[in-house]
Amino acid sequence: MKKSYKIDVDCANCANLMEDAAKKTAGVKDCIVSFMTLKMKVEFEEGADEGAVMQAVRANCKKVESDCEIYL
Amino acid sequence: MNRKQKNLLLRILTAAIFFVPLYLISEGIVASRLPKWALLTLFLIPYLLVGYDILKKALLGIKNGKVFDEYFLMTVATAAAIVLGEYGEGVAVMLLYQVGELFQSCAVGKSRRNIAQLMDIRPDYANVERDGALVRVDPSEVETGSVIVVRPGEKIPLDGVVIEGNSGIDTAALTGESIPRQAEADSPVLSGTVNMTGLLRIRTTAEFEESTASKILDLVENAASRKSKSENFISKFARYYTPVVCCAALALAVLPPLFCAATGLGTEHYATAGALWGDWVLRACTFLVISCPCALVISIPLSFFAGLGGASSQGILIKGSNYLETLSQVKTVAFDKTGTVTKGNFAVKTVHKSPLPPEKLLEYAAHAESNSSHPIARSVRDAYGRETDGNRVTEMQEIGGHGVTAKIGGRAVAVGNEKLMQKLGIGHEGCFHAGTVLHVAIDGEYCGHIVIADQLKDTAKQAIAALRRAGVDKLVMLTGDAEAAAKQVAADVGITDYRAGLLPADKVACVEELLCGCGRRRKLAFVGDGINDAPVLSRADVGIAMGALGSDAAIEAADVVLMDDDPLKIAKAIRIARKCLRVVKENIGFALGVKLLCLLLAALGLANMWIAIAADVGVMILAVLNAIRCLFVKTL
Repeated sequence: MKKSYKIDVDCANCANLMEDAAKKTAGVKDCIVSFMTLKMKVEFEEGADEGAVMQAVRANCKKVESDCEIYL
Repeated sequence: MNRKQKNLLLRILTAAIFFVPLYLISEGIVASRLPKWALLTLFLIPYLLVGYDILKKALLGIKNGKVFDEYFLMTVATAAAIVLGEYGEGVAVMLLYQVGELFQSCAVGKSRRNIAQLMDIRPDYANVERDGALVRVDPSEVETGSVIVVRPGEKIPLDGVVIEGNSGIDTAALTGESIPRQAEADSPVLSGTVNMTGLLRIRTTAEFEESTASKILDLVENAASRKSKSENFISKFARYYTPVVCCAALALAVLPPLFCAATGLGTEHYATAGALWGDWVLRACTFLVISCPCALVISIPLSFFAGLGGASSQGILIKGSNYLETLSQVKTVAFDKTGTVTKGNFAVKTVHKSPLPPEKLLEYAAHAESNSSHPIARSVRDAYGRETDGNRVTEMQEIGGHGVTAKIGGRAVAVGNEKLMQKLGIGHEGCFHAGTVLHVAIDGEYCGHIVIADQLKDTAKQAIAALRRAGVDKLVMLTGDAEAAAKQVAADVGITDYRAGLLPADKVACVEELLCGCGRRRKLAFVGDGINDAPVLSRADVGIAMGALGSDAAIEAADVVLMDDDPLKIAKAIRIARKCLRVVKENIGFALGVKLLCLLLAALGLANMWIAIAADVGVMILAVLNAIRCLFVKTL
């Protein structure tokens, strides 16, 4: 199950940090953050609750880069 | 500037207006009888105004267990300076740090938007004909085989074939090529290109998810997932660097004064023990400000981002910054012949041994072959260049496997291979040229032969020379073709090393053998057109697919995708990669060099806060500007 989300972030490195943070979140199988298109592509693990996982992803991203935003 | 940036600019300006008179007062340039506490309170206004978000982020970082970040460095350094009574310096550092942040954010945002604009190939709508009326729908709702209408100035939303209309197509977003392509009935068109001049009716041949625009956007978006070694190095570096610097600063603040106090050495320079401690703590703060790793952390990923963006603006899609890195170290290029250096279609190369002018011979041959659909016949007609006149041709007879005989304007013309000449009992001459030889006889007399061969691409020779100039010292051509043809092409483009008669599996073996000869910093690139090349493309250090527009297999298997089939782009891709890596190295060297120098000066007490912040912000601004240089690759 893959989904794409719009994000807002200021620098290329912050995008890398967000990607790392999202990958470490439970329920996320893989994640790619594209700074060029300001998009986050998340591949969920089987049976994961997308809504809840994305809330956790957002919280984790905010921890590493408080200025970032994921539009859910 | 977006809202956030405008907000920051406003805060910086307001804080600066507060700060300047206060600074003049604190330095005694403007006389005033403000008590110290009042001055401190007044200084806190610009400090908090401009720096409250930094303080907040530092606190949040501590709360989230990510203690040592640049916000923490800034907070500790400025707060300590203020506590020590250096109000002006403390506030100035915060102010200038934010100026740097604002600049960085604007510069990055602008280059990001530039690249995004170049890659803006996602179509927003498609005009579908339904019951005689045009309806605007989402491209993903259009079924394969529907008829869509694209007006001048609109993006072509889906891959398809023109059924009506005539127009120039701007493919710059896909290929970087600025000259428009002509499209008319039966021309295939690709989504993501722009219809420029005329109305086109197009029958779609793919759904939106399967169309070129979607595939390329996917590729571009996924490019972020493969990080280069330099980027990984920087993120690891930042993880250890900041804590180490903080510890060093702490040691600088505590150990020398303790040593002085214990031994009594150097204490004569200070009036009190407090002054001794104050001086070293201030040095430690300066040290902290200088050591802020922003310049590196921000500029390295930005360089790669700009490099990938610049390359895609030229129709070179690189699937990740790791490949950009590999590409910059390419010393050996192995490439396929057909479709890479040659066009992969047959054309008349030359006319030999003809007593008639070559055009005349071609005219006879073209007329004799005027009814044949064989690719060789087509190439003869193309070389003739004019419409053949069917009325002149009579008694046309095609002899399978031999050729054609016909009467043209009353003369008996025979066009075909050696077997036909033997059959007709006409003496003929062989040809030393590689390719298919078409003998022509008129009225039983031998009139020379036409050599038909795969054509070299116009830029093939230049491309090989450009690769050599770009520092590639080993060029090998791998081909499934016969020895003679391979030898000819190799000589034409100016290379000596070629392997002919290879099956696809042999090519893999060849590449593996070449890989053995490559060292760690001497990478091998394989260039192919993606047809039967997938295993080799993935075996090489970096696989480059050419002319990939419309070839899914190539886009899948390759690491670097050249959107059009111009071989000059191979060298260009390598030059872009080299430039990008050079910028990365410059930035690492420059930033670390300046920082180490300033750190040393700070530890010795020779650098004050002003120098520290200038070193930090100045290096960052220069590094960011340098990184953005990677975007400018058009003339490379």
